[in-house]
Amino acid sequence: MNILGLYNYWIVVALMMIGFYIVIAHENLIKKLIGLSIFQTAVFFLYISVGKITGGTAPIYDERWQLYSNPLPHVLILTAIVVGIATTALGLALVVRIQEAYGSIEEDEIHAQDGSDELECQLEAYGPRQKYLGAKRK
Amino acid sequence: MHDLFAIVMLAGIYSLLSASLFLDLDAVDVAFTEASVGAGISTLLMLASLKLVGRHEKKKRYKPSLALGIVIVTGALLIYGTFDMPHFGSADAPVHNHVAPRYLNESMDEIGVPNIVTSVLASYRGFDTLGEVVVVFTAGIGVMSLLLVRRETKDIEKKKVPADMQQQIILRVVAKMMLPLILLFALYVQFHGDYGPGGGFQAGVIFAAGVILYTMLFGLTNARRIFKREILTLLTATGVLIYAGVGVACMLMGGNFLDYDVLRHDPVHGQHLGILLVELGVGITVASVMITLFFKFTWRTVKHKYTS
Amino acid sequence: MEIIIDTISWILLLSGSFFCLTGAAGLLRFPDFFTRIHAASITDTLGASCILIGLMLQAGWTLIFAKLMIILLFSLLAGTTASHAMAKAALKSGMKPQFLHTNDK
Repeated sequence: MNILGLYNYWIVVALMMIGFYIVIAHENLIKKLIGLSIFQTAVFFLYISVGKITGGTAPIYDERWQLYSNPLPHVLILTAIVVGIATTALGLALVVRIQEAYGSIEEDEIHAQDGSDELECQLEAYGPRQKYLGAKRK
Repeated sequence: MHDLFAIVMLAGIYSLLSASLFLDLDAVDVAFTEASVGAGISTLLMLASLKLVGRHEKKKRYKPSLALGIVIVTGALLIYGTFDMPHFGSADAPVHNHVAPRYLNESMDEIGVPNIVTSVLASYRGFDTLGEVVVVFTAGIGVMSLLLVRRETKDIEKKKVPADMQQQIILRVVAKMMLPLILLFALYVQFHGDYGPGGGFQAGVIFAAGVILYTMLFGLTNARRIFKREILTLLTATGVLIYAGVGVACMLMGGNFLDYDVLRHDPVHGQHLGILLVELGVGITVASVMITLFFKFTWRTVKHKYTS
Repeated sequence: MEIIIDTISWILLLSGSFFCLTGAAGLLRFPDFFTRIHAASITDTLGASCILIGLMLQAGWTLIFAKLMIILLFSLLAGTTASHAMAKAALKSGMKPQFLHTNDK
């Protein structure tokens, strides 16, 4: 059995594992987001490489070609890319807000602040609004 | 690697390389989208947030050997799982046997659009694309609510403010030359998506890239005078409304939801009209959401100049 | 006639690739940011133009020729402006060339 024909899956697995390692081993939140996007790109490669047929062409109809690559994975991955950018944008907005609330984007520093004086750091971040809420409570 | 700026740039290069790999794997639409979205908008948004969170990562304090072990074990299990998969490029893989031959053979007769990916995206799998447009819309709303712009900045938008970058003559002139071409290209990609690679998503992203170029050179205040916040939020919702509205119009004319056959006198013409309207809705929503995202991120970096 | 067009386009494609490769080598080996921009932008623009003209010769008088011509014009305009913008941004943020000789004696 010729297992060298499966080299595209091994490349995909290698990229997936790189992305996975970045997400779980690094503490910086932006690096985690970039690792997540590398993982997503590896999944795209998996689907697109499954859809390719040797000797085929892009799935745009033309009289000169008979064999086309499978258009179905292309459609799924088109959706997936756009959903990926939406997720990344929301993640980046959350990182910006975390930076403003906790003062850092390193995960262990955030956990340390969460464990200890939780109310204190919120009061520092939301100064005027907390005063507004305090006025309402009266 | 502790400089996040270099890492973000490398991620952009990685997206561009993967776009060229997609092109080699015959996925032209996907390559187009990945190049414009991954190497363009994603890098821009990450750079904007780097400006807000700081550029350097702190050094790690422990060795992640447990993480490395988990990754190696998972990788080995996945490689063991790939031994049952079909070989790369084989024409008799299960994925090519069930629905795909029907799409490839019947698409020209039923829909008449040469780009089979567009016909599958907008017509055969129209529900998925509706969900995707709603996801983009939701991301826009989410970022709008996370990175709020306060009310007292409304009076700044009345006068024309010269930006810092307006002294750069070369950049200004070249950008003014290229901007109409970029917007024209976005329209070309939008409406030519039936005959070649393209479609709503790529066109929306390219349009947003043109607007972002204008914003970077002429200042956020001037750009927000042109693309007012109310109009952008209205356009974001209008795209989704057009898409769902086409579906409801199909139901009102007697067919199923998103069944374009009943839109015109002839099923093929009905499909053409349906795909045109649907891609227009997609393009409008994607463009306005990307512009809104960029404006919200950039406003955060300059708001210290305008709020007390 | 076909042989001449094929030969010229072969020469252009190969020399374009050579220029791009030497640009990449210069990007890695030059000592300073400004010299690196100089190497990358000049060789990159020349290499891309050679490759595009070689492809234009292969395409003949079709729509693809016009599209390649527009791509060529756009890449000439955008590539050079981008390197200008990079150098201006570096100067503005305070980076000075490494071997700058100032005349204050």
